[in-house]
Amino acid sequence: MEKRELVCVACPLGCRITVEIGDDKSVLSVTGNTCKRGEEYAKTECTSPTRMLTTTVKVTGGKAVVVPVKSASPLPKGLLMDCMKVINKASAAAPVKIGDTVISDILGTGVDIIATNNAE
Amino acid sequence: MTYDVAVVGAGVIGGLISRELSRYDIKVALLEKCNDVAMGTTKANSAIVHGGFDAMPGTLKAQMNVKGTVLMPELCEKLSVPYKNNGSLVVAFSDDEMEHVRQLYDRGVKNKVPGLSVIGRDKLRSIEPEISPEAVGALLCESAGIVCPYELTIAAVENAVENGVEFIRNCEVKAVNSVGGKYVLETTAGEIETSFVINAAGNFSDDLAGMVGDTSFKIIPRKGEYYLLDKSVGNLAVHTVFQCPNEMGKGILVTPTVDGNLLIGPTAVNIDDKSDTDTTPEGLDEILEKALKSIPAVSVRNAITSFAGVRSHPDTDDFIIGWSCAADRFLNVAGIESPGLSSAPAIALRVCEILSEKLSMPEKPDFKDTRKPPVRFRHLNDEQREELIRQNSAYGRIVCRCETITEGEIIDAVRAPAGARDVDGVKRRTRAGMGRCQGGFCSGKVVEILSRELGIPMNEVTKFGGGSKIIYERTK
Amino acid sequence: MLNYELVVVGGGPAGMAAALEAKDNGVEKIIILERAQTLGGILEQCIHTGFGLHYFGEELSGPEYAGRFIDLLEKTDIEVKTDTMVLDIASDNTVTAVNNKDGLLRIKTKAVVLAMGCRERPRGALSIAGSRCSGIMTAGTAQKYVNIEGYMPGHEVVILGSGDIGLIMARRMTLEGAKVKMVCELMPYSGGLTRNIVQCLEDFGIPLKLSCTVVATHGKDRLEGVTIAKVGADLKPIPGTEEYVPCDTLLLSVGLIPENELSKNTGLALDRVTNGPSVDEYRETERAGVFACGNVLQVHDLVDYVTEESQIAGKGAAKYIKGEKISSECAETHGEGGVRYIVPQRINIKTDSDVKLYFRVGAVFENAKIVVECDGAELLSKKKKKLTPGEMEYVTLKQAVISQLPAGSVITVRVEA
Repeated sequence: MEKRELVCVACPLGCRITVEIGDDKSVLSVTGNTCKRGEEYAKTECTSPTRMLTTTVKVTGGKAVVVPVKSASPLPKGLLMDCMKVINKASAAAPVKIGDTVISDILGTGVDIIATNNAE
Repeated sequence: MTYDVAVVGAGVIGGLISRELSRYDIKVALLEKCNDVAMGTTKANSAIVHGGFDAMPGTLKAQMNVKGTVLMPELCEKLSVPYKNNGSLVVAFSDDEMEHVRQLYDRGVKNKVPGLSVIGRDKLRSIEPEISPEAVGALLCESAGIVCPYELTIAAVENAVENGVEFIRNCEVKAVNSVGGKYVLETTAGEIETSFVINAAGNFSDDLAGMVGDTSFKIIPRKGEYYLLDKSVGNLAVHTVFQCPNEMGKGILVTPTVDGNLLIGPTAVNIDDKSDTDTTPEGLDEILEKALKSIPAVSVRNAITSFAGVRSHPDTDDFIIGWSCAADRFLNVAGIESPGLSSAPAIALRVCEILSEKLSMPEKPDFKDTRKPPVRFRHLNDEQREELIRQNSAYGRIVCRCETITEGEIIDAVRAPAGARDVDGVKRRTRAGMGRCQGGFCSGKVVEILSRELGIPMNEVTKFGGGSKIIYERTK
Repeated sequence: MLNYELVVVGGGPAGMAAALEAKDNGVEKIIILERAQTLGGILEQCIHTGFGLHYFGEELSGPEYAGRFIDLLEKTDIEVKTDTMVLDIASDNTVTAVNNKDGLLRIKTKAVVLAMGCRERPRGALSIAGSRCSGIMTAGTAQKYVNIEGYMPGHEVVILGSGDIGLIMARRMTLEGAKVKMVCELMPYSGGLTRNIVQCLEDFGIPLKLSCTVVATHGKDRLEGVTIAKVGADLKPIPGTEEYVPCDTLLLSVGLIPENELSKNTGLALDRVTNGPSVDEYRETERAGVFACGNVLQVHDLVDYVTEESQIAGKGAAKYIKGEKISSECAETHGEGGVRYIVPQRINIKTDSDVKLYFRVGAVFENAKIVVECDGAELLSKKKKKLTPGEMEYVTLKQAVISQLPAGSVITVRVEA
């Protein structure tokens, strides 16, 4: 059995979580979290870690040069830089509205990249 | 292009000389190697108009200082440059130093400095309330004052350009060739032909003189570091407070500035590299330690910036103002260290006198000796502000919130004769970015305005010309 | 002269929440004066997520969080003037502002909410030796260039200060292709949220150098490198530990200062620790009818708490405007033993609600106890696994407890290790 100390990144509180991992890499127990999200975070972090990705996408035909975007849900941590390559080549035509899908199903992850601000 | 006179170096000396020459019907070019005026010693010194008691009687320094200090208030008024006659103190901390103060008094009397008196502890405390309790007395010089050296230079060059002087920036002289009774200057901005050269190249004046074979003097660069403190402590000193001078200079001073900040410094260290304006941890510590001796309430907690300048100390010790020994139409104005700023108005007159020995200089009937005062929104009352915004709505948009500087003032600074071409140039002309946040909020906005006004992309706007890029390529 | 019941200075999260809450509490004529061209304040450039988990129960980006309030504002008759800078608040609370459409605006008002936010501490405050070259900027300035203007501020980056903006920018610059060489932190602990250290630095292998600072900058035109050094317990550089790090950009994330120029000009005394005005539990300053909330009052690390605090101020302003102000018999609050400050600085003992005391600690504490006392008697205590200077804490005092306190008493909050 292995014990891992984690700092939860699910929200800014940063709870200190202790995870017990079995020899078969399965999560045996999660303690120290203060919410359900913390437990989920700890489990995912120890098996297949994911992160939210936030960046900008080029805007064409508008006043704004770029529009901020985020992944609609967390992406596999190891894919972040590859996703950036795709995002850097993309563009969105103005006007863009908060919530618009700018790139759908990035790198086949099933996760969309959506605008997080309006851009005229 | 052919000129009668090429002034090399747009510091306070070159700037005021150009402005003085613009009275006459001659073709004058002012050549500056940087992207703006006042980029050398002029932008980093103590900003003091000295009484004139330091220099030894009979020296050029003594003559020019006393005369320049008399000329300064009227010149500043004509050029709409803030000047304040706050007076200075040389403070003594022991009986020995009090003796030194009396010697300075005697020297000042010989130099014909007005408004000098030796004062005791009580008088000192009553006129300079934050002075250290250790101080035993002082030399009071009522004729001393403060002025902003780069504002003076900016105003002088602006006025000179309005009167026909051509200002050429990014123009570094690489060689001086004598061709058929004229000089051909090889510069980074092309060849420039001129009958006369005035060498006001500051720390590089010995290098320039060397280009005509004149090796009669050498500049020993002497660095001085400063701290600039917030306006909230600008009233810690009323007068310019000096300590007793030593062989390296006038020591560490504590002074208010015309803008209401407190300036402390400078150190004095001879250096090898003339362009070394890096501050050092030792230098900054030294300033603080010595400033505390004069005014114990000074604290670096209130520092908003630190900077260093390089003084032009000549190996001859006195100012060098006169025809070169090696070239007959080449006039050196070199080694202008302290009290150079105070002396500048007198030096400009002196240079015209010397030049007129060899060049016919008829006066221009239409010379304009005043500069239109720049708009200073922060100094206006509500009615004036309303009127101003009605005329031009750009004065209704505040760009720099710490100093209350409007977009209109920044646009004016760029469009002015010999106007700003970079962020620091805007800052020196308007004070945008000079306040507590040091441009944290407004520098991006200033970059945008410069980009628009100069018709260049934002990522070509620089901090102070050359390679001082602020941002690079587009992210996307 | 224009007439309003409430003028809100600043249209960031604090100003918007205060205005909306005042509206909900029956204030009729409200105007928000915002200096930038859009509402939202600094959130507009904070495109990372992590906002709103407490308040909305979901993880939003800065513009999304601000967008929620902008949408709410649009549904009210609260007026907004953007691109408008407040120049002065007179002793009768008359507000003078300026913009390029209306010129000078003079606004008569019953109450004012100060919500100007904060600014970053600049280089000058640090006395870093070296050159005045380009390439040295605050993390927030760089954030604006990258996220709003769409320009790269540099390619090889050293970050001084591990405040949240610095950490966020370490990740942001890395994602955009820059090499972030390190984050140096003067203190032996980080000034930012732990979660940001994990996902902004550790995820990208960016070293966090604690007890380390930048002692000099090098470069004639653009920055070419910095000298870093370890610092001792006195926070002074240790001679001999200097190391040269080539880089073209130095980002500073060395603290935030409440933007109180206007408050100072108005004559409000500032708390020496928070650098914000001193307030009561409804965030009313020492000047009747002038309230303060958000980062102008104290620097927050979570916008959710800014919203919460600003709603309190909005409610307080509404009470003041409607003449429902509670008498001013106060107890003072005082932090000791590791607690650097407390907001609010005083509480009306006849207050009509529970009061949260917000504070920060001056060092890292593990398995500590927060103790609240008044005149030697313990009012409450709370156990905490970890307290760090980077994270704001609070304890809640029940109204029933407050009402028992004598006027003029002192409530102390301290940490027992």
